[in-house]
Amino acid sequence: MKTKHGDTIIELRNVTKSFGNVKAVDGISFGVRPGEVVGLIGDNGAGKSTLIKILSGVHPPDSGQIIVRGREVRNWNAAKSRDAGIETVYQDRALAPQQTITRNIFMGREIKDRFGIIKVKQQYEAANRLMREIGFTSKVFDPDSPVATLSGGERQGVAIARALYFDADLIVLDEPTTALSLLETAKVFGFIENVRARGRSIIFIGHNIYHDFDVADRFVVLDRGKVVMTEDKSAIAAPEVLIKHMQEIAELGHAADA
Amino acid sequence: MFGSGTGGGQQIAREDASGLVKWLRNNRRALTSTLFLIVMLIGFTMANTDVFTQFKTYRSVMIALPVSIFLVVPLVFVVTAGEIDLSFPSVVGLASYAFVSIVDQGGDPLIGIAAALVVGAALGFVNGILVVRIGLSALVATLGMNFFLRGFINILVEGFSIAIPEVRGSLIHTLMTDDTIIIAGNQGIPNQMLWALAFTALGVFLYNRHSFGVRVHCVGDNPESAAEMGIDVDRTRILVFVFTGIGAALAGVFSVMINFVWWPTTGDGLLLPVLAGLFVGGTPTWGGIGTVFGGMIGTSIVAFIETGVIAAGLTGFFTQFFYGLIIILSLIFQRFNGGRVR
Repeated sequence: MKTKHGDTIIELRNVTKSFGNVKAVDGISFGVRPGEVVGLIGDNGAGKSTLIKILSGVHPPDSGQIIVRGREVRNWNAAKSRDAGIETVYQDRALAPQQTITRNIFMGREIKDRFGIIKVKQQYEAANRLMREIGFTSKVFDPDSPVATLSGGERQGVAIARALYFDADLIVLDEPTTALSLLETAKVFGFIENVRARGRSIIFIGHNIYHDFDVADRFVVLDRGKVVMTEDKSAIAAPEVLIKHMQEIAELGHAADA
Repeated sequence: MFGSGTGGGQQIAREDASGLVKWLRNNRRALTSTLFLIVMLIGFTMANTDVFTQFKTYRSVMIALPVSIFLVVPLVFVVTAGEIDLSFPSVVGLASYAFVSIVDQGGDPLIGIAAALVVGAALGFVNGILVVRIGLSALVATLGMNFFLRGFINILVEGFSIAIPEVRGSLIHTLMTDDTIIIAGNQGIPNQMLWALAFTALGVFLYNRHSFGVRVHCVGDNPESAAEMGIDVDRTRILVFVFTGIGAALAGVFSVMINFVWWPTTGDGLLLPVLAGLFVGGTPTWGGIGTVFGGMIGTSIVAFIETGVIAAGLTGFFTQFFYGLIIILSLIFQRFNGGRVR
């Protein structure tokens, strides 16, 4: 592990998670430094999604430590993860389709007073501004429109607007370009560049190694619940090298020369 | 949301009438049931103008209607959260038993009300635990609770009712059930109706403007997403059952205050009319959306059916027939508001 205690936003140490007899995550240690884009790679069933759901607090780990900015956090959950500045854009977008765009952006973190009363106007205006920022110019919908009226790419935009609004230190993108058009995919990559330029960190999970290679600074390869390889991009000549590593891992269970 | 037309024309129309169109769009379910109530009352008035132009007809409905309103408001939250609670008739009975036994033994009615609220909230909490933590089906578990609690009442009192005529004239009874706003002669709107409307207003606010209500929407719409966004889904679900218990306690206390008597059957007849009112009001069965105001209107529709049928000169044999007819008609109208979107 190259990351040192103290200079990571979040660090997992020896984290495990089982579902029944399946060890989905089997002793993973992994950290993210400020400003870096980590490409998380692995075949189906390698444990990527489980690892993401542990990071975002949806699944509590069975064992291991979670360290946020050098300090261990106990009873880790989704609310604590968001409080720690981690926003996750899930593969399924984590949207409530019958609710308005505004309500979806602020789901779980409403702008409210101390009595729990929602500041509706403030939320509406923030949603309106965010929608313009991410390029929603259509007049067919507004912040009060239900998410069900949006296309796949627009829904992804709502999920990303959420991460933008909360000015996350770490944004986790789980297969963000799945089912998107070429134009929408380009927008997502533009967004990633934008986030990197602002010094924020990203964990990027893609199904396309060429995409991963373009955006990531560092690669973490998972196989059967373990980290089998961690490498900076500078050490890898081309995406093909990464693909070759992946093939070796699939065959041997570890990388031949990493 | 209106029609499926696309293109420039629709966009321009939306810009022109944005405010009103948006308001209509956002409240279409409650507006449908309100319109239905108005049309139904016009129909009744045409069938029997004498009866339906007299205030006392409306007053007689407003005497017992509030009991249903205290139930339907929290039930809208339950159904929006994707759950159901069929135990409320017996919770009404048991919570009001706590109230009536304290008053019967000379206790302060306010302490009795507090006790009823505690019993109601506790029973709601038990429902929540059974459904959310133990994972029983809400439909079956709360139906079981309904039988279990009614049986418990029967064992407790062995068929005896409790009368509390002593509350008549007390300040709390006056505040809860006298007529303050006089409309005709010495008759006015019963205070319980004002309390029920205030409760509805509170419910509407909680449902739309408070983080609790908003989270209830999200949990019922997509529980996985709600959990991913850090909403405590289990807690939200348990709370809607607790809220129903509190509503049932209020309904029970008002029922006893109106009648001066608690029966072992108190609350029993409420199950179907209240649920019918809930769905007639515009809250769909699938969760994620609903309308508290519509629920209040829906129970009013159901409450007026019986009066209307009798006043129209039909015998009581027709009541159930018209119950069914009006419920199905109003649900057909609600269907025009669209099915579930994903």
